Amino acid sequence: MTVPVSITVNGQRYDREVEPRLLLVHFLREVVGSTGTKVGCDTSQCGACTVLMDGVSLKSCTALAVQADGAEVTTIEGLADGDALHPLQDAFWEKHGLQCGFCTPGMIMASHELLRVTPDPSDAQIRHGLEGNMCRCTGYQNIVRAVRQAAGTTAGQP
Amino acid sequence: MSTRIFGSGIRRREDPRLITGSATYTDDLTLPRMVHAAMLRSPHAHARITAIDTSKAAAAPGVIAVYTHADTEGGLQPAPCAWLLPDSDLKIASYHCLAKDVVRFAGDIVAVVVAESRYQAEDALELIDVGYEPLPAVTDPEAAAAEGAPKLHDEIDGNQAFHWKVAGGDVDAAFAGADVVVKDRIVQQRLIPNAMEPRAALASFVGATGELTVWNTTQNPHIVRFLTSLVLGLSEDKIRVIAPEVGGGFGSKIAAYPADFLTMFCSRKLNRPVKWTETRSENYQSTTHGRDHVQHVELAAKNDGTVLGLRCTVHAGMGAYLSTAAPGIPTILHGLMLSGVYTLPAVHEDVYGVYTNGVPVEAYRGAGRPEATFMLERMMDVLAARLDMDPADVRRKNMIPKFDDGHEVVTTLKYDSGDYPGALDKVLSHADYAGLRAKQKAGPANGTYTGLGLATYVEICGLGPSQVAGAIGFQGGLWESAIVRFHPSGKVHVFIGASPHGQGEETTFAQIVGSELGVDPQDVKVFHGDTDNTPMGWGTYGSRTTAVGGAALALTARKIRDKAKVIAAHLLEAAVEDMDYEDGKFFVKGAPDQSKTIGDIALMANVAWNMPEGVEAGLEASTFYDPPNFTFPFGAHLAVVEVDAETGAVALKRYVALDDCGPQINPVIVEGQVHGGVVQGVGQALWEEAVYDEGGQLVTGSMLDYALPRADLLPDIEVLSTVTPSPHHPLGVKGIGEAGTIASTAAVYNAVMDALRPLGVTSVRMPLTPERVWQAIQDARQAKG
Amino acid sequence: MYAPDFAYYRADSVAEIGRLLRAHPGAKVLAGGHSLIPLLKLRLAAPPALIDIGRVAELKGIAVADGRVRIGALTTHAEIAASSDVARHAPALAAAAGVIGDPAVRNRGTIGGNVAHADPASDLPTVLLALGASFAVATDDGERTIPAGKFFQGMMATALGDHDVVTAIDVPAAPGGQGQAYEKFSHPASRYAVIGVAATVELRGETVGNVAVALGGLVPAAVRTGSVEQALSGRAPSAEAIAGAAAAVSNDLGDDLIGDIYASAEYRRAMAPVCVKRALTAALKQASVADAPAARSPWWKPSWL
Repeated sequence: MTVPVSITVNGQRYDREVEPRLLLVHFLREVVGSTGTKVGCDTSQCGACTVLMDGVSLKSCTALAVQADGAEVTTIEGLADGDALHPLQDAFWEKHGLQCGFCTPGMIMASHELLRVTPDPSDAQIRHGLEGNMCRCTGYQNIVRAVRQAAGTTAGQP
Repeated sequence: MSTRIFGSGIRRREDPRLITGSATYTDDLTLPRMVHAAMLRSPHAHARITAIDTSKAAAAPGVIAVYTHADTEGGLQPAPCAWLLPDSDLKIASYHCLAKDVVRFAGDIVAVVVAESRYQAEDALELIDVGYEPLPAVTDPEAAAAEGAPKLHDEIDGNQAFHWKVAGGDVDAAFAGADVVVKDRIVQQRLIPNAMEPRAALASFVGATGELTVWNTTQNPHIVRFLTSLVLGLSEDKIRVIAPEVGGGFGSKIAAYPADFLTMFCSRKLNRPVKWTETRSENYQSTTHGRDHVQHVELAAKNDGTVLGLRCTVHAGMGAYLSTAAPGIPTILHGLMLSGVYTLPAVHEDVYGVYTNGVPVEAYRGAGRPEATFMLERMMDVLAARLDMDPADVRRKNMIPKFDDGHEVVTTLKYDSGDYPGALDKVLSHADYAGLRAKQKAGPANGTYTGLGLATYVEICGLGPSQVAGAIGFQGGLWESAIVRFHPSGKVHVFIGASPHGQGEETTFAQIVGSELGVDPQDVKVFHGDTDNTPMGWGTYGSRTTAVGGAALALTARKIRDKAKVIAAHLLEAAVEDMDYEDGKFFVKGAPDQSKTIGDIALMANVAWNMPEGVEAGLEASTFYDPPNFTFPFGAHLAVVEVDAETGAVALKRYVALDDCGPQINPVIVEGQVHGGVVQGVGQALWEEAVYDEGGQLVTGSMLDYALPRADLLPDIEVLSTVTPSPHHPLGVKGIGEAGTIASTAAVYNAVMDALRPLGVTSVRMPLTPERVWQAIQDARQAKG
Repeated sequence: MYAPDFAYYRADSVAEIGRLLRAHPGAKVLAGGHSLIPLLKLRLAAPPALIDIGRVAELKGIAVADGRVRIGALTTHAEIAASSDVARHAPALAAAAGVIGDPAVRNRGTIGGNVAHADPASDLPTVLLALGASFAVATDDGERTIPAGKFFQGMMATALGDHDVVTAIDVPAAPGGQGQAYEKFSHPASRYAVIGVAATVELRGETVGNVAVALGGLVPAAVRTGSVEQALSGRAPSAEAIAGAAAAVSNDLGDDLIGDIYASAEYRRAMAPVCVKRALTAALKQASVADAPAARSPWWKPSWL
């Protein structure tokens, strides 16, 4: 069985026939070819696959592509405005908030959500807000610094 | 300019692609006609395979091929072990890429399916019928070494992979003459490295040319190429291994794995590109684990706290087979570190490597050194408690005094330089240790006990002289290489043999070139991780890339500078010996106004219109740098914890880390390495453990059960440093990748034990989960009556 | 990571859900998917079909009427945690919804899906039990209401029939003088509740009025602990009285305690009174505050929070 879906990814609409079991993250990576979104676990823990669906964060490994039918999905590739980095991207760069970079797309999208809900967070709120995203390299400290720097900018706005 | 570039926390050059989702990791790649592999892994820890029927799977939709061991006979050799530990009665069991007759851990590969899509490959796995006759299993290293334990390999008695010893001084005399002897049994629990990127391989064999290209999540592509030539029987020149973007390794991407070789094998068989990417659960049950020591340790001392000797026996679980570098980890990288930062007159250690029905154990961040540091640092605290001395005082009493150029310790290592008391004192004063102790003396508040934990350490890094590598059985060299190439425009390409994967050498190496030659680091592009396009190198592990590869690069830059000086002298019509160089400019001594920049020289060298006689065109140089010795970074860490005695919950309240890695090329990157390293060590102390049940099933089989450090459970880490250059390194740098992990497990553990001391608790098995801490408190209360 | 194949049907009304369930025996209902999709990915479940109810508008939203808060089954944990109505009238529910999983999980996971899954380590069953919630359920014959006390029947077992679907959860609004708290001992990896305790306590002058305490994570289904409730009700709320009442939880635990490698049954048995004590203390603190704000008491809280 395949099901028709129409999913807009970073402003581009994709009308495709998919198996119902196809995960949203596989739709993004394999159907759309948008490989910036990563898969780091199989139990919804690590957050590497975090994207925005209609402006709100979700773990795209725990959603079926059919559930995103009709939705607008924003991935890490859709965050910058042309060559101008999103404030969160710039802050992660400036504050050395990444090392191997594998968790980074999900971490930035989760940070986007954090600032959407809490535009001016304390360090404790940042740490709490990133509890669903794992990083093995940075010990999180520079990620907290990056989010703090990005806060107060337009980081949380769509 | 040089001072500004070297030591400046400039933004990383690798980040733009990483923060925009443009980076390409192995699983991101797609090739024309590419198909997907999936591995059928044994659900049993130990079983005889009685039958395999792949016919249903082979007929399933999309399936292209199904292979079992019989299909690989002659086409695939076992995965090699490449550290042949000498004088240790080493016994290497064959690690077949597909299990032959017997499976020896839950995760051993039994069959591989290749299908048009990964979903179809997974569907087909469920259609393979395997008959298993379960055999008894053992996963604890001590139990596996005991008489009557289930035998893993017919030809290996007592499951003993090796017995290695290190000895120095007269340890029997030390214990005979001691006032006090303190003992402990320490379990360095099995850990799962958890690089965030799961392992993957994409193999593309082209029959027409006989060439194999492999994209692989590896820390050492040249080693993978070499081992692939052995395992697949292809000649090395026909193999190209590319480590594209690699999402962390921490030791787990050193080994060359059966699944990688199988992916290549399938591609060769099918003459099509084949991709395999593990799931996280698969990673847990097949990608190498770390630690897994049971240590019995005794420390002899005088009543004034002077340490006389250390004696220990270690059973190191190796898992079912010996992984690529495994035998060297609990031996060379562990036993030789047992003197730590102390004047230790005598040491004796027996290390038994033991086969168990678990995932093979390999290097994991720190690799042997955290296990040694923990042992020593724990015993210093136990001794302090016995003598009722402050742990800082016991340490200070035994520390090697400051030295600048060489200090030989009882394990025969010659440390390069160090100021251990200076590091300790700086940490204590920064943290107001005396004040913290005074506050602690006031007693617990609301059932919450405060504890302070110290760990001082020295580590062996910058692996290492190749002559030593040969002597210790490492089946390769340990030098590094660099090529520096100036283009006519003055822009620079650097090619290195090492293979960084998150450590930031694209930036720090650009800074080295920048500071040596006066070019903007933004104009220096560093290439790595492609065996066709980079010089030979031995990989990124053991905090060696900057320490060894960085030296190769600095020396190469200096060769370029020497040649440039000759050309500049020619252009300025001066004698070479009259030339001076400063901040990227070559000029005649005393006449800096008339100068040639390195860019001027690069242009001239490339067009070669007016070169000095006998000087070749081009501005390019290379170096193969074999270090004269290891480097020895060191430091002192302090942890402050609170323990809720009612529940056993531990909260890390404060962490101070001082690390001395010599001069820091980029302090922001150094600090990031410390943060990450510390948190990994904290994870071992408080949360992480790979748990096998009695039958050898991995109970912590996913991230739902294996607890990784998360942002909300950690305080900020206070990072300090001192700078003690290595006397034998061209830049004085020592390496920082593993420092945090080496110290932090011991510091946190010591802090928790310090908190629990008033309650009579002296030992708790790691990780220090609430239940274990609570149970220890109950047991101590009961023992007190 | 790769689910087995299944058929997929999308419902756009409650009536349609019933029709699809009857037409596709063995089908599973897909709401937010945060309980079901992980099972599918690990191939621990292989239903022939999924009925996606995620777009049924009538199942969404939070409304306050007739002394109760009505929460549509498709309301997400994030919406519940952020709702001022829930914070005012059922603060323990807001607190519990705010500590489920992580932000992205809370954005997708729904209250209906959560209770239908009935994981004993989940947070919502515990708190809904303590709050005396009831579940509106669409059935073959129309609609019925199941009180929380009868809904949770065991490990991942509920009173729902094959064709039943939860449509809404009704939570009585907290009466004046009542404090509520949810005390969670989180598993460091899964973030599920090793132990979850939900408590409501009424303060009538100097004595404790009605008390309700429910336990999660301890036994196969969330349960009320009558022994604690009776021991505290009618007493002055001293620390001793609270501790004494909390200790009575041992009477209600039985022999079927959950245990695992992280927390054994013995440890959970020992921690139950501690968690109950902390929940009661927090609830009483809320009760003593006139206009009680949202209760929030994670069991282990770093001091810098």
